[in-house]
Amino acid sequence: MTTTASGPPVQAPARRRTRRRTTDRGFNRAFRWIAVGSGVLMLAVLAAVALFLLVQAWPALTASEDDLAASVPRYPADTSLLAYVGPLVFGTLLAAALALALATPVAMGIALFISHYAPPKLAQVLGYLVDLLAAVPSVIYGLWGIFVLGPAVLPVWEWLGQVLGWFPLFAGTVSPTSRVLATVSVVLAVMILPIITAVSREVFLQTPKLHEEAALALGATRWEVVRTAVLPFGRSGVISAAMLGLGRALGETMAVLMILSPGFLYSFKILTSAQHQTIAAYIAADFPEASGLAVNTLVATGLVLFVITLAVNMGARAIVARRKEFSGAN
Amino acid sequence: MAQRIDVKDLNIYYGDFLAVQDVTMTIDPQSVTAFIGPSGCGKSTFLRTLNRMHEVIPGAAVEGTVEMEGVDLYGPDVDPVAVRRNVGMVFQRPNPFPTMSIRDNVLAGVKLNNRRISRSDAEELVEGSLRGANLWNEVKDRLDKPGSGLSGGQQQRLCIARAIAVKPQVLLMDEPCSALDPISTLAIEDLIGELKQDYTIVIVTHNMQQAARVSDRTAFFNIAGTGKPGRLIEMDETSTIFSSPAQKSTEDYVSGRFG
Repeated sequence: MTTTASGPPVQAPARRRTRRRTTDRGFNRAFRWIAVGSGVLMLAVLAAVALFLLVQAWPALTASEDDLAASVPRYPADTSLLAYVGPLVFGTLLAAALALALATPVAMGIALFISHYAPPKLAQVLGYLVDLLAAVPSVIYGLWGIFVLGPAVLPVWEWLGQVLGWFPLFAGTVSPTSRVLATVSVVLAVMILPIITAVSREVFLQTPKLHEEAALALGATRWEVVRTAVLPFGRSGVISAAMLGLGRALGETMAVLMILSPGFLYSFKILTSAQHQTIAAYIAADFPEASGLAVNTLVATGLVLFVITLAVNMGARAIVARRKEFSGAN
Repeated sequence: MAQRIDVKDLNIYYGDFLAVQDVTMTIDPQSVTAFIGPSGCGKSTFLRTLNRMHEVIPGAAVEGTVEMEGVDLYGPDVDPVAVRRNVGMVFQRPNPFPTMSIRDNVLAGVKLNNRRISRSDAEELVEGSLRGANLWNEVKDRLDKPGSGLSGGQQQRLCIARAIAVKPQVLLMDEPCSALDPISTLAIEDLIGELKQDYTIVIVTHNMQQAARVSDRTAFFNIAGTGKPGRLIEMDETSTIFSSPAQKSTEDYVSGRFG
């Protein structure tokens, strides 16, 4: 008994070793190293970025309030760094959230139209056009926002200010320049539309035929098929898509910088100018003039943006994972 | 409840391609009718014309008539959605909605048909349908768990419960046991025997023993060759088809000489 039991374990590793030697050659080995190397490289880059932010932000994080007030322009006296960054975080989140709220329903509508309603030829053309939106540089979006969209939506903003002025978002004086957070949000929404649409469309197209037929066979109309089979199946995919869009909206710099008339307040008045600023636009605007501790302060705000983006992504993953049992993956 | 189906001179096309040619048959109410035949002979395609499910494929069209109690399903003012509410279908692979609980799966069709249903009515319907599908005792303690957590055979019975919950007249089954093990298959076959009291049942099967076991009448479909249309060769009492069929090709097929 003992001899037979101890026999195979001694031989087994030897056999496995010979097998590896015969098969793990040439491109197989190269491929393994490329794959592992790419993974490690990605982690290393991420770690390097995080480390850079931490090291460069450190002097600002540890500096006294007086030092900061002395060397950073527009830094109010007797304010902690956190209180200073607060309005920027607020502006960033507000702009991104508004953009997401505007873009997600539209993107889902377009994605459903392309995947389940449009005739195949039209669907192809539409899909291509939406992808083209993603190829427009953000400087162009900025110019478009200033010269075309701003004047075009001004009557809408004025109407909102008059009729819905009691609602916190539309309170205050409506800026006649239209260079306000509302306009920025619309531009951001257009910018994140392609990514949300593209990902949602792919997810909707992957709805198993079986599930759609199950709904159809129960006597579902086209919309009911979408509601019972397509949307539940695509739910986590759409959330991921929205988070990808949110990531872009949070970090978008150029268009915000060009359009928004900045301010540093905790304000919901998105139709009034000189109320908000986003972190990315703030860094881009102030970096050319900054030196010394001011640079460190800018990097510290960048670190905050990095943390926010990270938190958004982790939150999205948590939402996707929460209903895994019902996701159809099992 | 159960209704009779009369099919006359039915041709089924996918675009220009004639898939099934010239089918004429009568399907009796409260009986089980089996369709047998080699792969690609058009029996599933024909089955899907009985609830207009084949229209899901672009370019699909039919000539001829399919009458259910005298009403042509392909009449100009007949809504395919209404047809499918009357003619339930169970598919080859069990397809409960993965995002729904067992209870919601059973209620899925009802919620489409009339949005509001009182809680007590819903409970009653869930229990009745699951009992009807011989699944109640196995799932009554986990109605809120996802339907996709059940075994294949249980999932298929859940799909049957979902189909009968909307109280259709006719139940179509497209190879309902081909993805199941023998014990689950037996459970489904027993269930078919019980369901025929209330419904007109049409079943497509590749398993000739199954056709012999469950059906009252059997239709044999065949195809002359690739690219040729499928045809109905003959239809008769199941015992006749398997003992003394009129056509030589039927005898060859059921005796296992080809196919």
